[in-house]
Amino acid sequence: MSFWRTLKVAWEGLTLNKVRSFLTTLGVIIGVAAVIVMLAVSAGAEAEIADQINALGANLIVVMPSFSRGGFGPGSRPPAGLTYGDLTTLEGKLTGINGISAEQSTTQDIKGGSTTLESISVIGTTPSFTKVREYALGEGRFITNDDNDRANKVVVLGYDIAQELFGSTSSAIGQSIKIDSTKFIVVGVMAEKGLVGNTNYDERVYIPITVVFKKFTNARFGSDTLRMVYVSAESRDAMDDVMAQLSSELMKLYGTTAESPGFALTTQDSIIDAQASTTEAFRNLLGWVAGISLVVGGIGIMNIMLVSVTERTREIGLRQALGARPRDVLLQFLLEAVMLSLLGGIVGVLVGVGGSYAFNELGTMRTEIVTASVPLAFGAAAAVGIFFGYYPATQAAQLDPIEALRRE
Amino acid sequence: MAELKGGNVEEHLIEITDLTKVYGAGDIAVHALKGVSAAVEKGEFVAVMGPSGSGKSTLMNILGCLDHPTDGSYMLDGEDVSQLSKRRLAGVRNRKIGFVFQSYNLLPRLSAAKNVLLPLLYNSRQLSDAECYDRAITALESVGLGDRTHHRPNELSGGQQQRVAIARALVNDPAIILADEPTGNLDTQSGKEIMVLLRQLHDQGATIVMVTHELDIADHAQRVIYLVDGEIVSDRTRAGGIAHLHNGYNGGTE
Repeated sequence: MSFWRTLKVAWEGLTLNKVRSFLTTLGVIIGVAAVIVMLAVSAGAEAEIADQINALGANLIVVMPSFSRGGFGPGSRPPAGLTYGDLTTLEGKLTGINGISAEQSTTQDIKGGSTTLESISVIGTTPSFTKVREYALGEGRFITNDDNDRANKVVVLGYDIAQELFGSTSSAIGQSIKIDSTKFIVVGVMAEKGLVGNTNYDERVYIPITVVFKKFTNARFGSDTLRMVYVSAESRDAMDDVMAQLSSELMKLYGTTAESPGFALTTQDSIIDAQASTTEAFRNLLGWVAGISLVVGGIGIMNIMLVSVTERTREIGLRQALGARPRDVLLQFLLEAVMLSLLGGIVGVLVGVGGSYAFNELGTMRTEIVTASVPLAFGAAAAVGIFFGYYPATQAAQLDPIEALRRE
Repeated sequence: MAELKGGNVEEHLIEITDLTKVYGAGDIAVHALKGVSAAVEKGEFVAVMGPSGSGKSTLMNILGCLDHPTDGSYMLDGEDVSQLSKRRLAGVRNRKIGFVFQSYNLLPRLSAAKNVLLPLLYNSRQLSDAECYDRAITALESVGLGDRTHHRPNELSGGQQQRVAIARALVNDPAIILADEPTGNLDTQSGKEIMVLLRQLHDQGATIVMVTHELDIADHAQRVIYLVDGEIVSDRTRAGGIAHLHNGYNGGTE
């Protein structure tokens, strides 16, 4: 029998029991959809993380205090840390940078007019913040060095905060708000930035870092020590040079050596790389889970095909009597299995792509459909069909026509 | 019918010689056929009779190329088919043999026409779909079911279903029609009609070998072979319209 005719016969065999065929393909549908959705979810998570990190600003180097490898053992000193004063010194000495800024955050209730907003991130920072973090000012002015030197009680509002407290950004300027119990004058409002990852940049306020040290941090824990310093290089190519300069300047400031510098320099790339390796492990795990569900789907197909061969023994015997060669019977049942799994593959791709898209649109989670996952999942479905369909098909092809015809 | 026999007797349509079939081995071996020899000429209508366990089913399976004989030779239409591979046997069944079963063996989900054209699908000579369908319709018309082509088996009476099965047996223009208890599942009236149909086919020149245990059914054949315990105990050609059809074989062989 020709291939196309066998295909037709196999199709007729499937339509014979539509509900069962559908339920059988369900395993493959779920498997294929799972592969696509899971890869899309992990790709989405990866992109999300990359976005968050990039949102920190371009060509950013983060300086954090670090403990020497030996910890606080004898001979190792606790990190001295940088102070606000060191920032200006550093800024003057480094070349090839856009700016250098520090951040110290605290969470406080804010009251403006009759509205109180609870648990708002209050970021103490320096003038270079807007440059370093690539975050534009909308109205008014940002925090100045003068503000920091004098610890002026001025505040720059995030876009949403200004809207919530004063109805518009322009009317906010010049107003006063209370952070905790301290009165601040609004001098500026940031441009709208929106949600990056889980952080809404528009729901924050910015004040001079010195004010944070003074008002909101406990002096006993080295209150004026900068926890994190952000340095923005002029270009990507300048990064290495800036890092080298930073290292030597910082070691001078700390009085440390390269063995135990007391600080660590981190770049976005290194953060992204670190994140990528964890998400890759996560993705592999998801891939395996999805792959296993495909195999389970395949076993479902094998099971049903074996049942089908048993049920249709008489039909097989008849076909053999009428001249079907073993090969014809084999092909008929193999094609049934392959068609089942390919149908499962097609529907699974649609469900997977649709599901990934829906997750994204409904805002449940960010997904990015991995193009390669579609042919991958589809090919896997076909392979499953052939692999798990072969055994039942050989069972059918090896039937003895006399026995088969005698079967009730 | 006489001229079918003609003068040339050298080439028989079916010629079996010393056919044996043993199931199992050693002490539990069952000798289903113990050296059966016979020949069937083109155009003959032969009934094979015998009590159950006589080996008539085994003989039919071998004649139908569904089974190999343990020993002996089977020449079908000039071709030795006794030891062909499964694949080749399938081809022989397709080209040379039309089966009519006791239980019709129609595929329930297919229309009468589609059931009839089934053997054409397995034909090495691939006919187009339209040709297959045309031939199926012609075959159905020849068994008087030209108006039932689109009916499914469950919409047909037992007699009609057996007619569909006969049309299926005819569609590939086989050398012989093998009928295994063709009236076994039918009431007397339908059974009679089926026998009339088989006789018509025989009159038109078809070669038919039929297994039955009913004497009045065997009566429709022109020749009756009687098997007992795996041996032919009688092989008689009925006197009548086909009087001078004789054969050179006597009963069983020891």
